[in-house]
Amino acid sequence: MSIDAATVTKIARLASIDVPEGEKEHFAKELSGILQWIEQLSEVNTDNVPQLSSVSDTTLPQRKDEVTDGHIREDVLANAPMSDYGCFVVPKVIE
Amino acid sequence: MAALTELTLAEARDALKERKISATELTQAYLSAIDKLNPDLNAFITVTREQALTAAKTSDERIVKGEARALEGIPVAIKDLFCTKDVQTTAGSRMLEGFKPKYESFVTSKLWDAGAAMLGKTNLDEFAMGSSNTTSYFGNVISPWKAKDGAKDLVPGGSSGGSAAAVAARMCLAATGTDTGGSIRQPAAFCGVVGMKPTYGRCSRWGVVAFASSLDQPGMFARNVRDTAITQTVICGHDPKDSTSAPRAVPDFEKALTGNIKGMKIGIPKEYRVDGIDREIAAIWDKGIAWLKDAGAEIVEVSLPHTKYALPTYYIIAPAEASSNLARYDGVRYGLRVTPEHGSLAEMYRMTRAAGFGREVKRRILIGTYVLSAGYYDAYYKKAQRVRYLLVQDFKQAFEKVDALLTPTAPSAAFAIGENSDDPVKMYLNDIFTIPTSMAGLPGISVPAGLSSTGLPLGLQIIGRAFDEETVFRVAGVMEEAAQFRAQPQRMEQG
Repeated sequence: MSIDAATVTKIARLASIDVPEGEKEHFAKELSGILQWIEQLSEVNTDNVPQLSSVSDTTLPQRKDEVTDGHIREDVLANAPMSDYGCFVVPKVIE
Repeated sequence: MAALTELTLAEARDALKERKISATELTQAYLSAIDKLNPDLNAFITVTREQALTAAKTSDERIVKGEARALEGIPVAIKDLFCTKDVQTTAGSRMLEGFKPKYESFVTSKLWDAGAAMLGKTNLDEFAMGSSNTTSYFGNVISPWKAKDGAKDLVPGGSSGGSAAAVAARMCLAATGTDTGGSIRQPAAFCGVVGMKPTYGRCSRWGVVAFASSLDQPGMFARNVRDTAITQTVICGHDPKDSTSAPRAVPDFEKALTGNIKGMKIGIPKEYRVDGIDREIAAIWDKGIAWLKDAGAEIVEVSLPHTKYALPTYYIIAPAEASSNLARYDGVRYGLRVTPEHGSLAEMYRMTRAAGFGREVKRRILIGTYVLSAGYYDAYYKKAQRVRYLLVQDFKQAFEKVDALLTPTAPSAAFAIGENSDDPVKMYLNDIFTIPTSMAGLPGISVPAGLSSTGLPLGLQIIGRAFDEETVFRVAGVMEEAAQFRAQPQRMEQG
């Protein structure tokens, strides 16, 4: 499978990363190289093989649905590039 | 009495308890080593001088009162991927320059609760993505080692290259690392130190900047196996804040160093002897086999048939998880923000992420996004998860026959900065011997075993069953004793 500049445009949009026109060809070439190398997995017969998402042998623990912390608004906002009135501030999203 | 920085961690611990040295003078010795060496090696991004000296003062007081804890007064370095309260935590990225977390990671809080002192935060590949420590926004880490014939600066390995270099150059007694596909073991091998990645779930990932959550695991670097065992014991343990953290008791790993491996079965995976394996790597591996045999172990050839597929599987799963994990860097809650004039929120996201991430990180996010996107998810991501199942089965079957595996850590000695950077796949091949273990979540350690003909360290890796770090440490101790590795890097604190 090879990736062209149009595909780079598409995945860059999905990933919300601005990729300048001049870099698209280069990314396309590099990503194609990686994908071609990954293609070798098609040699492996995986019929009836289960999917493995975690090697952890414990089932995910559950806890009571109750508040365990909070009242740390200042901490939460401490690293915000922009905040006001105890909220994060972003560019206007509605007219 | 030997110079302060010549003491091993175990020796320093004992000397502190007996009040032959003070924590303050020990910490000062390391801070002055950092002052001297860091301008050349760039192993630290941030040095926390005041914090280190304050901790040392507390340690000296506790020692006087007879209240010394496991690592009382021991100066350590922290990979800059661990959140440290009110101390800049960058992940080696422009995205997090100036980020000061308001909380402490589980692993580092364990260290401080045990009395260790933080010297600073060590450099790393950006978001731990790399095998050479050349992708950091804060510059390359330079290996303290030089080849006999070479004037060129060498890579320390990666991604925990700053930690490995700092331990090798005696800028600290031990350092934390994280290992996703070899990021502790490979730099340990390149820098001639010991590096341990424990079983997935042994150490909490709480407060560690996430790369690939099903693989990431914290671990320790130190100068020898005993020092690694002492510190590794401290940082392990169950943490309810990490749902994959294992609710299991942690043994005292130092006690596992009995020096006795008689009758133990050591597996040699035949698929690791790949075509074109470096002659010197093959030779040091053979030496390792002979050492363990001489110590009374039985050597058994085993097969891990899917080995060659581990690397491509990893380069689907790790970028896929990274693309999700790194979605959080959007310029809203923390980190860099780039806002074009009159730009929309979506433009702010795109510009911020374009400016904040370096090239390798972008490459991995794009690959990860691609393999998870509609139409490709089944062909790539699901396929990789199935092959991962087969990789785990390979190890399960091998461990029915043997107690531990012995392999090389890396396919070569350290290379020069800039080498392997023209082709991403070539760089990825550095982790060929470490990634299968990561995919299976098993514990692995790298121990320095000898020097290449150019005078650079070569490491051997011991792999164990899940949650059997004790066997890994025991075998590592025996191998270290046999190897008698005494070489030292050209650039280090001379005491």
